[in-house]
This record gives sequence, structure tokens and C-alpha cells, in this order.
Amino acid sequence: MNTVAPRTSDYHQRHLLGIEGLNPVEITGLLDRSESYVEQNRQVNKKKSVLSGRTIINVFFEDSTRTRTSFELAGKRLGGDVINMTVSSSSVKKGETLIDTAMTLNAMHPDVLVVRHPQSGAVQLLSEKVNCAVINGGDGEHEHPTQALLDALTIRRRRGHLDGLTVAICGDILHSRVARSNIHLLNTMGARVRLIAPETLLPTDVARLGTEVFHNMKDGLRDVDIIMMLRLQRERMHGNFFPSIREYFHFFGLDYEKLGAARDDALIMHPGPMNRGVEIDSEVADDIGRSVIREQVEMGVAVRMACLEILTENLDADGREQR
Amino acid sequence: MTSRDTTRPIALTNARIIDPASGLDIRGGVLVSEEKIAGLGERLFDTGPPDGAMVIDCRGRCLVPGLVDMRAHLGEPGDEHKETLATSGRAAVAGGVTTIVCLPNTDPVIDDMSGVEFVARRARKLGLSKVYPYAAVSKNLAGEEIAELGMLAEAGAVAFTDGLFPIADAQLMRRALSYAKTFGLLIAQHPEEPSLARGSAMNAGETATRLGLAGNPSQAEVIMVERDIRLVELTGGRLHFAHLSTTAAIEAVRQAKRRGLDISCDTAPPYFALNEMAVGEYRTFAKLSPPLRTEQDRQAVVDGLKDGTIDAIASDHLPQDEESKRLPFAEAAAGGIGIQTLLPITLELYHNGHLDLMSAIDLISRQPARLLNLPAGTIARGAAADLTLIDVDKGWIVTESTLLSKSKNSPFDGRPVQGRAVMTIVDGRIVHDVED
Repeated sequence: MNTVAPRTSDYHQRHLLGIEGLNPVEITGLLDRSESYVEQNRQVNKKKSVLSGRTIINVFFEDSTRTRTSFELAGKRLGGDVINMTVSSSSVKKGETLIDTAMTLNAMHPDVLVVRHPQSGAVQLLSEKVNCAVINGGDGEHEHPTQALLDALTIRRRRGHLDGLTVAICGDILHSRVARSNIHLLNTMGARVRLIAPETLLPTDVARLGTEVFHNMKDGLRDVDIIMMLRLQRERMHGNFFPSIREYFHFFGLDYEKLGAARDDALIMHPGPMNRGVEIDSEVADDIGRSVIREQVEMGVAVRMACLEILTENLDADGREQR
Repeated sequence: MTSRDTTRPIALTNARIIDPASGLDIRGGVLVSEEKIAGLGERLFDTGPPDGAMVIDCRGRCLVPGLVDMRAHLGEPGDEHKETLATSGRAAVAGGVTTIVCLPNTDPVIDDMSGVEFVARRARKLGLSKVYPYAAVSKNLAGEEIAELGMLAEAGAVAFTDGLFPIADAQLMRRALSYAKTFGLLIAQHPEEPSLARGSAMNAGETATRLGLAGNPSQAEVIMVERDIRLVELTGGRLHFAHLSTTAAIEAVRQAKRRGLDISCDTAPPYFALNEMAVGEYRTFAKLSPPLRTEQDRQAVVDGLKDGTIDAIASDHLPQDEESKRLPFAEAAAGGIGIQTLLPITLELYHNGHLDLMSAIDLISRQPARLLNLPAGTIARGAAADLTLIDVDKGWIVTESTLLSKSKNSPFDGRPVQGRAVMTIVDGRIVHDVED
């Protein structure tokens, strides 16, 4: 693993909108750079100045605490000026209004916009209207690329590699942008992806994304290396996806009994925020031998520092510096 | 009813043994021991029955698997004034039925684990027919939220249905099929588009027009059947249609099966033995749900039974007391009892030459057991000793006094029929015996 960060990466794109379509070299480039920030973040002095003079705006059309904080911290540790803009989703009527917002922000000459939006595809739409770099901080049920990268970094640091691992993603796949980004990343990097969920929480034809589908936790968890639990996104559910929390937990909640099917050293991950007693048993979530949930949060800051740095480097290289 | 020492083996000799599962149709004997079938065959008792066994000479009559009724409303809990597990159980064993699957349209609704366990425990205590419950697809049968199908199945529900009510909302049916697929469970639908059937009293057509009654069009059935077939295509779920009554719906199922979809269906005796003319002068015992249809529809049901499109025959037993039936036709409750006449009316298909005896028995034993994955419906070594001895030719008349259900609302009231169960054995216990 790299200990000295390279100053040019293998990622040459202007934006980071999603994992789908990235190649293994690009992903590895992003992960390698992230790696270099993990140690720095553990020092007393965490501050660098590579983004000195740069402006980063976090534009969140959807509530978020951890992702926004993580990006804010990442930008500040690199010496950039970070501004948070939270736009209540109800006050924005999409379409033209979103584009108007993009134009307004663009006029302020930011270097990077970090955008989260409740509608799938909205971040891409916005990215087409601005001159700066855009990072997708999560769009609807589509993608959440920095989450997949931080998950990959967590796994890679624990296991040394991603290829050949068997990863089970469990729970509310249907509403999860985290699941989609992870499916793309893990497949691209040569891991095997299993999905475990009730049929109602699986998107149509999801097996075509290169996954193996299970309806039973014990079958799906058999001999897996990594277990990724997902939050049940009840705020996105309209109607009958499962009958009750107790039935959901009975069949799909991760407890020690179901965990017994996985490898003894299988790691447990969760993108947060957790619903204890819904998708995951409290004891399992807090099991320091198995759960890497806190580590994921730590890796999140390093990954976002790397993304911000690389995208601003690319801006310079492209000569698309603010006019 | 006779109760005998259960520890003593029973040797049933000189029987015509018919077992649709194995295709067996032989003259021979069956040995019952320890609640199970210990042996069967043409030469089983060549050296005489085992010492200490109770010997029953079947005198050449048909010994068939205990009959399985896959759809009956048993009244408990909540409708005890119309029927109880005890009265329906006595009617069932008198009709040769050893296994009943009951509907969740009770009060309280069978939509939680305690309801499932209540029925099973009560029936076990009575020791008549075995009773397995359907549980509700939607909580409180309200057609809005899916019930806890997974945990209900673990508690013993054999399949899921809203019973007397259709699952009307397409999205709910989609989710139910999809969610049930998670656990490999079967959904059973009462196929009727409710907005077309609302307020109707009988089949739409000339008879309804003459009688001045609001009609339920046969399209109400096929519209729901075709919609649900599409939802099975979408979800890959398993679906069963109850009591099909119309030409078009049966044809829709026939085509869907050809396309390889996991769809099954049943019908009930009124739909192949009666037509809308039975309503006559406002006979409320002939008011059923779905309504009795035209003669052409009746013949289509017979054809569906003959070519295997219709998988099984269920009694569709629905007891109604006098207060519910002695009313102006439009106000009377729908439904008829049928658990005790399931066998003789099904045997009409044999007596009329539509089906051979083995096929007729198959439709009310092995087939429903297969659809619901029940440990029943076959005569085989090691299987539960659930057996029915039938006098195929015995004539009798369906009357209030011959029917043992608490309610007497049979659409076949007054009908001469042929064939009856003379002995019924459940888990090696003789629970019905009219040996004469």
C-alpha cells in the first residue's frame, strides 16, 4: 500500500458523478490517494494547504449530517474555504429552478460543488450547467460514489485487496444509492456481490447488474467475507414493502445467529445512520471484533479529501480554471 | 361416530384401493398402525391379518385417500352461531373429508400468529378432521397493508388469501406476490373486480333481467384473473384462483399455464353441477359468490376439470344461518355449505361419464394436498392413516336432516345424489362409520 501520495492521479475526469463507468485504474487511483490521508488525519496537526484559495460549496437539497460534515472537514483540512448551503427540498421545484440554482452558484466562481439531491439524475443535470467540478454527494436512488469509495477503502485496508472477496449487501436495496454504487465498484474491482433482501426490496432485474440474489439471510451469508447492512429507508417507502419491523428483523435483521453463516472473520459494515433492532442487532453493531462501522466514518474524510484534491488538480490540468 | 382403541392396528381387507398419487387401483388390503399406513397391497393379508388387529371387511368398496377440502369457512372464531369447528368437523368426516383448509374471514381475522395457532389447537382437541388455516394477505383483511406472511407461515399458515374478499388493489397484489415469493408462499385470490360486482345479486343476463335483480357480469371474474396473471408475470410469484366459474376466466388460466406461469385454480361443486336457473323463484340458497353462471359456463367448468386446467375441487363451504338467508334475494347473504356434499357432487362427474373414478378422487385429495404442500392425499406406506371408504353407488337425498353442519344452506338441498363415505379414518382413528 502507498504511504507516499502521488501528486498526479489516474483519475482525469472533471466531475465525480458516479461509480458506474469508472475503470479499475481510476478507482485504484482514488483509493491510493485516499490512503495517503488516513495517517495524516490521525496526527495532531491535520491541516494542509493544497486547497488554499479554493472555494468548495456543499449544496444539499436533502438533509444530511454525516456526509456534509465529512466533506466540510475534508475541505477545511486541505485549507480550502468551505461553505454549506442547505436547500430544503420542498422549496425547490426541480427542473428550471434547479438549473437557476446552478447558474447562481456558478456565478460565485466556486472550484468544487458537492451536491446532494433527492432526485436521481439531478446532480448530473446541475453539473452540465457549471464551470467547476461537481462531486455527487448522493442523488436519489441512483449513486453515492464517495460512500462506495470509503467502503472500498475500509475493506482494502482490512483485507489488503478487493478482488476475489465475496460481499453480501443486505436489506433495502431498492431505495439504496449506496447499494448501487457499491455493486458497480465491487464488480469493477473483481469482488463477487450477493444481494439479500425480501423480493419487495429488490429492484427489477437487479441480477443483471452482476449480482447473485438471495431471499434468505443464512443462505446468502454463507462463507461471505464482508457484510454490508443497509438502512431501511422508510422515508422513501410509499406502500407495502414489508409487513412489520418485527417480521423484517426476524428474517432480515443481522443478529449473531444469522451471522454464524458468514466466515468467522467476516466484517460488518453499515453506511449509517443505523436503525438498531431493525436491520441490525445492537450487540452485533457494537462488536469491536467484527464491526468496522466507525472505521467507515473515518475513511470517509480521507476519501473526500482525495476527491477534492484530485478534482481541483484536474481543473488546473484542463485549464478550466475560473474565468 | 365410533371411537376405538387407537393402539390397536386396523386391517382393512377386501378393498378396491384407489391412490391417485401412485396410479394404484387394486383389490387388496391396507394395514393401519400407530397413526400411519403400515402396509398395503393385493396380497397383504394372504396369511391373515396380524394378531390383535381390528379387521374391517371393505366388501369391495373403494378405499381412497382421506379427502382434502382446500377452501372452507368454518365459523370459528366469531361466527359460532352459524358453524363451529365441531359441527363442521362432524359434517366433514361424514363427507369423507379428513383435511380442511379454512379461510381467515373470522372475527378476529386470522392475520396473526395467535389466530393460526388457535385454529390448529382447537381442531386437534376435537380430533375430527385435521384443520390447517389460510392466513390473511392483508392486515385485518382491509386490503391495505400486507400481513406478516413470513411469521404466519412459520406459525403454520399453509397459504394466504383474503378469502371472501378479492385483493382489489393491483399494487397490493403485486407486493403480496413479490413478498410471498421471498418465502416461496402461495397467494390465493377470490377473483372478482369489486367495482363491477358491487351491489349485484346474481349472474348478469336474461335471468337476472327477468327477476329484476342486479347482475354480476362474468367479466368481473376474467378481468381480475387476467390482471393477476400479468402480476404473476411481473413478480414471478405463485398464485391460485379460487372457485372459477366462467368460460373466459378458465380459458385465461389455460393460456397462462401454457405459457409456463406458476398459476393454479380450483372450482367448487355448484359451478359444475348447477347454473343460474337454480335461482328459480328467488331461492336464496342458490345465492353464491361468485354467482351461479350460465349453462355454457357450467360446461366450460366441466371441460376445465377434464383437461386439467382446473387443478382441484374445493367445497367453498360457507355457512349462513336462517336470519342471513330468509330475506329478499338481494339482501340475503351469499354462500352455501358444501363440505358434506363435496364427495357426492364430485362423483357426479364420474357417474355422468366426464371423469374416471381415479381422476374424480384425485381432484379432491391429492391435487389440493399438492397445491398447498399438505402431508395428505395419498395412500402410501408411512403416510398418515387418513382414509375414506366410499360406497360409490349409494343413493341418498341431500336434506336438512342429512346435513350435519349447524347451518343448512345447501344449494343442493333436495337433490338426489349417488355415493357416500361409509367410513372415515383420521390418523388411524375411525371418526365416522355408518356401516350397515
